[in-house]
Amino acid sequence: MDWFKDWALTLAVFTPLVGMALVMLIPRANEVAIKTVALLTSLVTLAVGIGILADFDYDHTAKMQFQVDKSWIDVINARYHVGIDGISLPLVILTMVIVPLCIIYSWDHFPDPHNPKAFLALILLLEVGMIGTFVALDLVLFFIFFEIVLLPMFFMIGVWGGPNREYASIKFFLFTLFGSALMLVAFLGLFFLSKQQTFDITTLSALGGSGIARSTQILLFAGLFLGFAIKVPMFPFHTWLPDAHTEAPTVGSVLLAAILLKLGTYGFIRIALPILPQGAEVWAPWIGLLAVIGIIYGALCCLAQTDMKRLIAFSSVAHMGFVMLGIATLTDFGINAAVFGMVAHGLITGMLFFIAGSMQHRYETREMSRLGGLLISAPKMGWILGFCAMASLGLPGLAGFWGEFPAVLSSFEPSKLANGLIGGTDGTLWTFRTFMVIAAIGTVLAAGYLLWMYQRVAMGTPKPEFEDAHIHDVHTSEWISWTPLLLGIVVFGLFPNLIFSLTNDAASHITRAFSG
Amino acid sequence: MLDSAWLFPVIPAVSFLVILFFGKKLPFKGAEVGIASVGAMFLLACVVAAQWIDKVESAGHGSEKGLAALGHSVVAAAEGAKGGGEVEPIVHGFTWWQNGAAKFVVGTRVDGLVVMMLLVVTTISLLVHIYSTAYMHDDRRYTYYYAALSLFTASMLLLVVSANLLQLLVGWELVGLCSFMLIGHWWEEKENSNAALKAFLTTRTGDVGLMIGIIVCFFAANSFDIAKVNAYALSPGADHGLLLVAAVALMFGIMGKSGQFFLHTWLPDAMAGPTPVSALIHAATMVVAGVYLGARVYPVFFNGFSIGTSTFNMMAIVGAVTILIGAALAFVQHDIKKVLAYSTISQLGYMVMALGVGAWSAALFHLFTHAFFKACLFLGAGSISHSATHHSFDMREMGGLRKKMPVTFWTFMIATLALAGIFPFAGFWSKDEILATAGQGRYDVFVVVGLVGAVMTAAYMTRCVYLTFFGKYRGHHHPHESSPAITVPLVVLAVLSLLAGLLQAAPINVTKFEHWLEPVGGLPELVHPKFDYALATISVALASLAVGAAFFFLFKREESGAFKGLTQRSKVAHAGYTFLEKKYYLDDLYEGVIVAGIKGPIARASYWMNQNVIDGVVNAVGRGTTRAGRFTYGVLDQELVDGAVNDLGRETGSAGGGMTKLQSGQLQRYALLLLASVGLIGLAVYLVNVV
Amino acid sequence: MPINYFLILSAFLFCTGAYGVMARRNSVLVLMSIELMLNAVNLNLVAFSTHLENVSGQVFALFVITIAAAEVGIGLAIVLLIYRNLRSPDLDQVEQLKG
Repeated sequence: MDWFKDWALTLAVFTPLVGMALVMLIPRANEVAIKTVALLTSLVTLAVGIGILADFDYDHTAKMQFQVDKSWIDVINARYHVGIDGISLPLVILTMVIVPLCIIYSWDHFPDPHNPKAFLALILLLEVGMIGTFVALDLVLFFIFFEIVLLPMFFMIGVWGGPNREYASIKFFLFTLFGSALMLVAFLGLFFLSKQQTFDITTLSALGGSGIARSTQILLFAGLFLGFAIKVPMFPFHTWLPDAHTEAPTVGSVLLAAILLKLGTYGFIRIALPILPQGAEVWAPWIGLLAVIGIIYGALCCLAQTDMKRLIAFSSVAHMGFVMLGIATLTDFGINAAVFGMVAHGLITGMLFFIAGSMQHRYETREMSRLGGLLISAPKMGWILGFCAMASLGLPGLAGFWGEFPAVLSSFEPSKLANGLIGGTDGTLWTFRTFMVIAAIGTVLAAGYLLWMYQRVAMGTPKPEFEDAHIHDVHTSEWISWTPLLLGIVVFGLFPNLIFSLTNDAASHITRAFSG
Repeated sequence: MLDSAWLFPVIPAVSFLVILFFGKKLPFKGAEVGIASVGAMFLLACVVAAQWIDKVESAGHGSEKGLAALGHSVVAAAEGAKGGGEVEPIVHGFTWWQNGAAKFVVGTRVDGLVVMMLLVVTTISLLVHIYSTAYMHDDRRYTYYYAALSLFTASMLLLVVSANLLQLLVGWELVGLCSFMLIGHWWEEKENSNAALKAFLTTRTGDVGLMIGIIVCFFAANSFDIAKVNAYALSPGADHGLLLVAAVALMFGIMGKSGQFFLHTWLPDAMAGPTPVSALIHAATMVVAGVYLGARVYPVFFNGFSIGTSTFNMMAIVGAVTILIGAALAFVQHDIKKVLAYSTISQLGYMVMALGVGAWSAALFHLFTHAFFKACLFLGAGSISHSATHHSFDMREMGGLRKKMPVTFWTFMIATLALAGIFPFAGFWSKDEILATAGQGRYDVFVVVGLVGAVMTAAYMTRCVYLTFFGKYRGHHHPHESSPAITVPLVVLAVLSLLAGLLQAAPINVTKFEHWLEPVGGLPELVHPKFDYALATISVALASLAVGAAFFFLFKREESGAFKGLTQRSKVAHAGYTFLEKKYYLDDLYEGVIVAGIKGPIARASYWMNQNVIDGVVNAVGRGTTRAGRFTYGVLDQELVDGAVNDLGRETGSAGGGMTKLQSGQLQRYALLLLASVGLIGLAVYLVNVV
Repeated sequence: MPINYFLILSAFLFCTGAYGVMARRNSVLVLMSIELMLNAVNLNLVAFSTHLENVSGQVFALFVITIAAAEVGIGLAIVLLIYRNLRSPDLDQVEQLKG
């Protein structure tokens, strides 16, 4: 299996690219072949992922595995360095699972203007970028994959999107690009200021910012922060998200919510925290502050929505607030919670967007005032929606809880080194405890908006305009694409250690700089 | 069996899945699976109880008999303390999740408290399952109903057997979910889904406190494990401030779940669900989860609130206030289920107050007896609506059902007497134990509150019974006795209401309940009062008096028709009545001000801010950039830069035109220019040198 | 004898020559004016040579005379060609240098 150890990640990253090339070669009229090739490609990628799962050394999750480190651009000392550890593994697998499900989901109903060839090619390109970002261990490589993701998503929104798609796609693109620019500056700063003039993430993490003055670290961290925070998105950089989600086609929304948002939080965990620990210590309370504002603020905005999909989009802001709160504590508890929260949010919000898309397909509206009685019209879908709403509001026993509760828990005792918002360790301690209470109140608001949505959409009786309409219950393709997600929500909720055991050592490894 | 407690949540959970996926294809549409599983659970609970009793008896065998012969009160205390030390709880677990070096286990714990709860939950659940076959027979979602009942049983049992607080939280939220599902069982109507939402959101508001309390406990004791948390709270080095915070926070959880003032408003609305559900979830089991939590981590409250040494504390006050406000509201209800709901609130107040005054075993004893007689009352109310009033619970449509429904009447009567605390029914023993314990410590005020509550309970229950069973029938249907599936559970519960109190009848030297219950490990020194004959006499006398007075008043009003109530005669009383009818305006405050405020102006303001301020900035940046671009292109580029280039070209051209004149091609001109230039340069050099 | 006398004379001669070069129309006269300017230079060279008691100035003067002879030769040939092409010795008509 040595061969596999060396090639697995490269295969995982570039198989979709090959698939994309194949899709491009098939004539546009031959839709079945296009779909088949795209699905097979994503399944092959998943198979590679399963191989990685089987071959992964679960006793050393903190160690980078399946590493490949080859010279790439010698002039700037950028290398093709990829690897995977306990933190990236769940995210990579999540990506590999979601993409084929999206392809299956869109099998029979591609949004206008149809064109499955371009659509599927873009999805596969997106997969390249997403997997690449999660496995890249070189800043330049990371940056390239991080940016590759923008392009297909821009076209998916801009071409297959809703009525306001141009505004949304351009906003999405420019907003994230703006963040990336500052991030790139920070990367360059890291390169020139680090002792060894390297872009290598593992080397830089091992250096842990030594040799970079504290004030410089604070500035560099700010650059990284902007790049990642916009992607997450954190309050107040979140406004591209609702527009992008509202306008994006269903599959685009699912991919955006399930995986793209995680690139930002992953960046914090993989790059910002370990490489610039002193910067992180100063910024942590501020990140925590923005996170709890996001939790409450996102929830309040949800309550004001009339559009179901936009409501779910705003709920992402609130949920990612919990993830960021966990990261901001700079503790292993927090990081564990954050990674779990990322996976759980991917499964749950992905599902919610699937359902919202399916409902839009059937009712041709997302206005909650016009919907109602889904439990009567399409009972199975109604129950699934209820299940997902419960999971999303953090019901214990389902996956969402394990992202939320440990994050709240961790903010009771943040890292002693964190400081900055209110002076002194004690000040930070009580700041975070206040955040804890606010975040806990956020869970009530989450229950409020989700159940309120559920009441308006699913309970009651159908509105007169849809009384006679034929609302088809869950399709076969929907069953196939939803079942794995639903199972994941239950399984991870019942056995959270499936993920915690993976992330735990890696999280401790990252936070060792903050445990002093 | 003591080691296999994990079966308790697992088997009903499996039953839930079976009913959910295959229920509709089964001959009895899933009901048989639910009944079989919960029946098995009941048998298991009995086995567990027998084994536990056996274990306790064998552990305390030597000392117990001799001591029992001596006076009782002092001995019981000694026994409790000793028993706790000798009879170890049975704890099992496996790793659930981990963080750092810490591993969090999911596990089961069996001790006296758990055994008692298992018996209560499985008994009531089994009876409700059986009852529902008749009551819900024609329901539109019969299978789904049984699935939800199974899920509820699983969650409740999970909550009960939890070895740690986190797992308890899981069960706690899951029972909340089941409550939500079952209150909103008929979700087609808006009121029902509203009630379901209200129940879920109110309890979840309390859960904020529970979550924080659990977190504080975790960091205090460095573990979620109940035994460790209790051990920490009892240890001399415990941080009192931390315990106080934990106790206050947990108290919010209790208030939400157990319908304590000021988070009680969801419980009456929860009556929108099917009646068996009200009996099971909103009377006997789920709502006492708060009390169970209070008892489970009692040392945290005991030391946090200084229960042993203070004269009043938050827990006792919340309980006492709840007793009174609940009982007062029960007077003004026309809906029989709402009377019972407010009565439940009031009785839960007794339990919480009991915990607050240090009467740990008395609180749980009351929980035990209350489960039986309140379930009996609810199921009785269900029987009436099922067979007499065509799904109405309005007491104004009842009356005179005594003869038509004898079984329902007699069981209802027994349960009412138990609730009113009349000797020798179950409620008498448990309520009296609470009052006696409170009288023993420094909590005399709460004894008075308890007595007043007892009087009020007796009076409103008399009103309820009178309106339902006496007088003339005021409805428009044909009342008849219900079928055996309904009456058998009623009879069973009535028997239990009659006899359950005898497990702990101090005057005849029976303290089995306390003896079997208290070995839970990690309890503070408990007070076990002597049986207070005076107090018992007073309370029974007062309750009887209240029954008599209420009966007389109602009878008189019915007979003469002219007997005007106080509310019609006195303005103050009328204002009071309105105040009660509006439920102290709490609902208006919560729904009208808080919820509507958050959902309305605050949410809208946030969204407005999002769209106009934050997004406004983004859009303004975008627009500004576009404008800057247009300016750059239009003014700077096209006019200034490009203009300059074009101008330069143009000027060069014209300048060139001028210059051509210089280039005449005539050598002499050139020579002239050459010379002139040399002259000028020379002049310049000269000037520069000179100046 | 002070050197200034020679210099004034030579300047006068040079100016005369320069004037002739610039102002006269007849090409032969322009050629002669050039000769005048050259001789003004020669005068200067010899004067400074004597004044500084350095013989190289006179050597240069000899060179200039030689070159002047050659120059006149070429110049007269050009004049002849101008005359042959334009049928006039008038320099105003020679504009071929204009681009």
